[in-house]
Amino acid sequence: MDALALKATDLRKTYADGTAALKGVTLEVPKGDFFALLGPNGAGKSTLIGIATGLVIPTGGALSIFGVDAFARPEHARRPVGVVPQNLNVHPFEKVIDIVVNQAGYYGIPRPVALPRADLILKDIGLADKRENVARELSGGMQRRLMIARALVHEPEFLFLDEPTAGVDVESRRAMWTYLKTLTAKGVTILLTTHYLEEAEQLAKHVAVINHGTIVAQGTLDEMLAMADGHTPEGEAFRGGKLEEVYLKLTKQTPEQH
Amino acid sequence: MTAYEKWVAYYTIIRKEVVRLLRIWPQTFLPSLVTSTLYFLIFGAFLGSRIGLVHGVPYIMFVVPGLVMLSVVMNSYMNTSFVMFQSKFFMRTIDEILVSPTPPWVLIAGYISGGLIRGIVTGILVLLVALFFTHLVIHSVLIIVLFLLLSSLVFALAGLVNGIYAKSMDAVNIVPTFVLQPLVYLGGIFYSTSSLPPFWASLTRFDPLFYIINGFRYGFLGISDIALWISFAVLAGLVFVLAAMNLYLLKRGLGLKQ
Repeated sequence: MDALALKATDLRKTYADGTAALKGVTLEVPKGDFFALLGPNGAGKSTLIGIATGLVIPTGGALSIFGVDAFARPEHARRPVGVVPQNLNVHPFEKVIDIVVNQAGYYGIPRPVALPRADLILKDIGLADKRENVARELSGGMQRRLMIARALVHEPEFLFLDEPTAGVDVESRRAMWTYLKTLTAKGVTILLTTHYLEEAEQLAKHVAVINHGTIVAQGTLDEMLAMADGHTPEGEAFRGGKLEEVYLKLTKQTPEQH
Repeated sequence: MTAYEKWVAYYTIIRKEVVRLLRIWPQTFLPSLVTSTLYFLIFGAFLGSRIGLVHGVPYIMFVVPGLVMLSVVMNSYMNTSFVMFQSKFFMRTIDEILVSPTPPWVLIAGYISGGLIRGIVTGILVLLVALFFTHLVIHSVLIIVLFLLLSSLVFALAGLVNGIYAKSMDAVNIVPTFVLQPLVYLGGIFYSTSSLPPFWASLTRFDPLFYIINGFRYGFLGISDIALWISFAVLAGLVFVLAAMNLYLLKRGLGLKQ
């Protein structure tokens, strides 16, 4: 298997309305890494995840997952991948246990195998007591956790998390961080997008910043933090962390400056 | 995916659909039973006695196959079109399958099977209701089963194309109301096309429902306005064309992926 979990080369996407969401993104995510992809709204983060997971059709470029060409062999490339999308997309009238077990079924895992596995994940993620509830009875934060459980039931080696903690309270978010750390400790590669920069600072080994469809900086967390010079971005009453300072500087520059 | 894993994915899609159909049975099975009962009352018991014999059989006996087929095709069509549209438009639950390694043809087979189950079960229920109004003559069980399956398949496939393409709820509703129902009623449910003037009779030949109703009616009564092999050939041709369309749409991601 390849040493890289994901390799994107000159990845491009222009939507039907002419919006160029990705303008030649080249990115490498090492296997076993916790990788944070940061960027403002509309920067191209979800488009990149969409292409990697087969939900968005690219306009150009190449992408491989664990060395498998995701465009030539999409079904094979998707097999080791789990996805937590940005928007809540659980069926409101489906039971929690069915949502998780059905997802296993789409990966070819039979129900008798999936059921105990789903129960274990629901317990780990704090939803065991909601097993028989339908999704609409869950709070927004619980539904997010359910989406994580759903993404994990087939035991993926690569997990895409598109703003998984959006709208989640601080306590639940921290519990989620702890859980995600246990996953990376088991060797699961995670690509996380988030607007909570302290989250990236807590979890990530590598960070990339995307803006206007272009990667404007990438490196290890330490390399990125080293770019901070203590100067606040012009006009900001800045009180955030170092990564936030770097992020704001990078995303305030126009694409031509990179 | 191995053949067994594909089978598990297929079974998962069907199981989910059957659970849904049973959960909302007042919406899925009941309406056709109520409508059919009214048809049998009005056209059979009230008006039928005044019409007399058609092709040598009582009028109510003549309309039963057509009314059964009406519920089969409408339910098969609406099931696939609504389920697909709902899962891609309102909740994006279709992404659960699209991000998995489930091949497009398994997805199509699963959705189509859901349409077949709803269409055929409703057809059988309507047939049972018909027994309260008339006795049934069966000319050929094989022809009945064959046309039941093929007709349900054609309209489940057509509904899926509609569901994949539709960009609004109107686009899903328009076809059953303004295309399907006129085709069904003008296809010879309530009359024999041999009683029509030559121009109108020849025009009916362009209505696919004409072949379906006549083939199905032949299975019960042994009478048809068209040669059986022509009905069969038209249905088989439609299955082939519509299946190819669905496969093309799903493989290209048209209507489902961005």
